[in-house]
Amino acid sequence: MHEILYKEEIGPDIHLYRFHAPDVARYRKPGQFVIVRISDEGERIPITIADVNTDEGSITLIVQSVGKTTLQMAGMKVGDSIPDITGPLGVPTHIEKVGNVLCVGGGIGIAPLYPVAKAMKDIGNRVMSILGARSSNLLILEKEMEDVSSEVLITTDDGTKGRKGLVTDAIKELVGQGENFDLCVAMGPPIMMKFVSLLTKELDIPTIVSLNPIMIDGTGMCGGCRVTVGGETKFACVDGPEFDGHQVDFDELMKRLTMYSSHEKQSLDRYSSETGCRLAGTLKGDQE
Amino acid sequence: MNIKERLKIPPTMMPEQDPAERITNVEEVPLGYTPEMAMLEAKRCLQCKTAFCVEGCPVGIDIPGFIQLIEDGDFRGAIKKMKEKNLLPAICGRVCPQEEQCQLVCTVGKAQKDPCKAVMIGKLERFIADWEREQGEYDLPPEVKPSGRKVAVIGAGPAGLTVAGDLIRFGHEVTVFEALHKAGGVLVYGIPEFRLPKAIVQGEVDYLEKLGVNFRYNFVVGKTAPVSQLIEDFDTVFIGTGAGLPRFMRVDGENLLGVLSANEYLTRANLMKAYSFPETDTPIVTGKKVITVGGGNVAMDCARTALRMGAARSLIVYRRAEEQMPARLEEIHHAREEGVEFHLLQNPVSLIGNEDGWISGARLIKMELGKPDSSGRRRPVPIEGSEFIEETDALIVAIGNSPNPLVPASFPELEVTRWGGVVVNELTGQTSVPGVFAGGDIVLGAATVILAMGHGRRAAKAMNLYLNSGRWVDLDKAMDLSRAEVR
Ligand SMILES: Cc1cc2nc3c(=O)[nH]c(=O)nc-3n(C[C@H](O)[C@H](O)[C@H](O)COP(=O)(O)OP(=O)(O)OC[C@H]3O[C@@H](n4cnc5c(N)ncnc54)[C@H](O)[C@@H]3O)c2cc1C
Ligand SMILES: Cc1cc2nc3c(=O)[nH]c(=O)nc-3n(C[C@H](O)[C@H](O)[C@H](O)COP(=O)(O)OP(=O)(O)OC[C@H]3O[C@@H](n4cnc5c(N)ncnc54)[C@H](O)[C@@H]3O)c2cc1C
Ligand code: SF4
Ligand code: FES
Repeated sequence: MHEILYKEEIGPDIHLYRFHAPDVARYRKPGQFVIVRISDEGERIPITIADVNTDEGSITLIVQSVGKTTLQMAGMKVGDSIPDITGPLGVPTHIEKVGNVLCVGGGIGIAPLYPVAKAMKDIGNRVMSILGARSSNLLILEKEMEDVSSEVLITTDDGTKGRKGLVTDAIKELVGQGENFDLCVAMGPPIMMKFVSLLTKELDIPTIVSLNPIMIDGTGMCGGCRVTVGGETKFACVDGPEFDGHQVDFDELMKRLTMYSSHEKQSLDRYSSETGCRLAGTLKGDQE
Repeated sequence: MNIKERLKIPPTMMPEQDPAERITNVEEVPLGYTPEMAMLEAKRCLQCKTAFCVEGCPVGIDIPGFIQLIEDGDFRGAIKKMKEKNLLPAICGRVCPQEEQCQLVCTVGKAQKDPCKAVMIGKLERFIADWEREQGEYDLPPEVKPSGRKVAVIGAGPAGLTVAGDLIRFGHEVTVFEALHKAGGVLVYGIPEFRLPKAIVQGEVDYLEKLGVNFRYNFVVGKTAPVSQLIEDFDTVFIGTGAGLPRFMRVDGENLLGVLSANEYLTRANLMKAYSFPETDTPIVTGKKVITVGGGNVAMDCARTALRMGAARSLIVYRRAEEQMPARLEEIHHAREEGVEFHLLQNPVSLIGNEDGWISGARLIKMELGKPDSSGRRRPVPIEGSEFIEETDALIVAIGNSPNPLVPASFPELEVTRWGGVVVNELTGQTSVPGVFAGGDIVLGAATVILAMGHGRRAAKAMNLYLNSGRWVDLDKAMDLSRAEVR
């Protein structure tokens, strides 16, 4: 069992948790994730490890409520426990000193971006960051990202904070100002990663993205997480989740993410009517 | 009773759920023998002096021995005799391909020129194991003095569970590391409830726990900790990580929505209980018409699961003929009874999708049988110009699994074959790394439960010898003495 040691709401429907998971914390590296199951009838869902504390034997997860499982998790309190956390899974991010690194995060994607940005900075890179969200209240980890970046640009769809517009506009602006980037790390909704990758391809900036297909085991056993990269099928859980953004078939990824939409809605509706805690449909993630 | 009289008794059929009824539930299909049925069936055994059945059994169960005890009504004695060789009879009695092993060579079947009329060894095995479980009391083995030695077992499939069960009895401290949240391997994530109730597997795991085996779930060796860590922390390590890597067909359209591997489909249904969705949280693809590609047990399990998930039509598409299907006869028979349609000598060349990215059909090509290939089976060859489209709502790829690459990939010292199997000494299970043993599907590729168990038994024996003597070189020679015993 894994106890919740700490919990904080860091944005609307976005919670930060610290779970007791010493086995996971021990060998974890940035870029890796866990598979979580919160009850015996529960689903296995993948969540990026945002941070670890090996002294406490804990891992930090930042989770946005987008459906039944994440919503149910949001209802848990410090001291509650969940049965299963498996990990660390996936290939760690290749952290190397390359010079100037541009980190682009969108919505909940800033959660997996932060540990990578931090590791990039720690190894001696100059990190600049662009954070995007639909609206200012959905921005997370702004302060943490500032700590590891020489500069942070903010964009919001509605202009409530920073520049009104998309992260791609901010990339163009920086490059227009003469900034040179040796590497771009983009994490966020697939549609954002797609357009960032298209742009950086034009600009000739190597780009890493972190993919979030539907997973079950997370150990390479089912192939449910398959993605097409450079024309080849890869299992995101063991070959990734990070890949060369210029090679990823994002359209396929976006389609595959809808595989169980009707089931997910059914599950959420049922949960909402059972708990009466919230009407289905009022949940609006930053995912899509 | 003389031989003639015994030969006159017809095989005792095990009662089964009616096909129309059973596809509406996930309960087990065969219902089990009553004691009377079992004792009658036991009478059919001729107690052969040279019992071919024992030689046909990969673990050498004393078959006439346990059957005689059933005939005598000494069920407690029968299960004891069984467990001398097979620790998991409730499982093996249900899933072993007896018609290719003990029952294939049984004298009774031979006398009647029909292996299907052999003594129902598997059904008797199942009966005696179920009888013991229903008594609710197990004989715990006598306590042994702790040896002070520590053993790590990677993977809680039949191979790993067998090693754990044997080594704890020798007094060693055993820890099993399992990647998933449940123990049993394919027995829990792959083989469906209607063929092997999960409570039975759980019962075996509970028993091992009672004996003192320590289970560490959600522990992915190679990720949660490197193998080298286990080698450091334990006196010996057994790798039983199975053949969990699904093969795909590599045809166009394979990543369309509604196309999934057998592993994914069965894992959702069994391990995650998607058949109870939305009471449980894991969804599964459903459709009015479902195609399963393949001809083994895995394919049968998928096609039969599809019916239980509400498919009106469930099709098996297999590139060879029925005689060449690797599935157990009983599975093919059950599938057919339930209405699974067999589309033989056909193979997908591409999959077709609709505008939402969902599969809408499979382009199939007809095949004919050519010359035998290396496996001795006649090779299927496509018939040019015979392509046609079979519409479908979902397609499950059940064309086989390869050895799980996770442990070997994180442990380069471990020697593997070209197709990814761990190289071992066949008698002992020793790998290229001193102190490390392996067995089951990670060595054989996708094989069977009983072979995995047999590997486990031999490896456990060798590991015990290694722990007690410290001897690694020529361990197989030291094992020679007891070779008959471990077979
Ligand atoms: C490698 C990886 C890392 C991730 N890291 C984070 C993170 O740090 N924080 C965070 O909030 N989210 C993260 N996600 C996404 C998270 O897994 C999903 O939001 C979660 O599974 C939704 O579950 P649900 O039951 O609440 O919602 P559902 O109603 O089941 O689904 C909502 C949406 O989430 C996606 N989803 C559903 N089930 C799965 C699944 N088993 N695997 C992956 N996606 C699924 C689908 O696109 C679906 O449309 C990550 C996903 C991956 C693959
Ligand atoms: C659907 C299906 C139906 C079948 N039907 C039959 C049948 O009717 N009769 C028959 O005899 N055989 C059947 N088989 C084959 C049989 O199940 C296997 O041969 C047998 O289970 C192999 O046992 P194993 O212990 O080697 O591996 P597995 O049963 O595969 O167990 C391996 C275990 O190791 C775990 N693992 C893997 N990697 C790691 C890691 N890195 N760290 C920790 N744990 C890890 C896995 O999660 C798993 O629990 C079937 C197989 C399938 C898939
Ligand atoms: S071969 Fe058949 S008849 Fe002979 S001992 Fe074995 S089960 Fe009995
Ligand atoms: S989640 Fe099953 S293979 Fe990746």
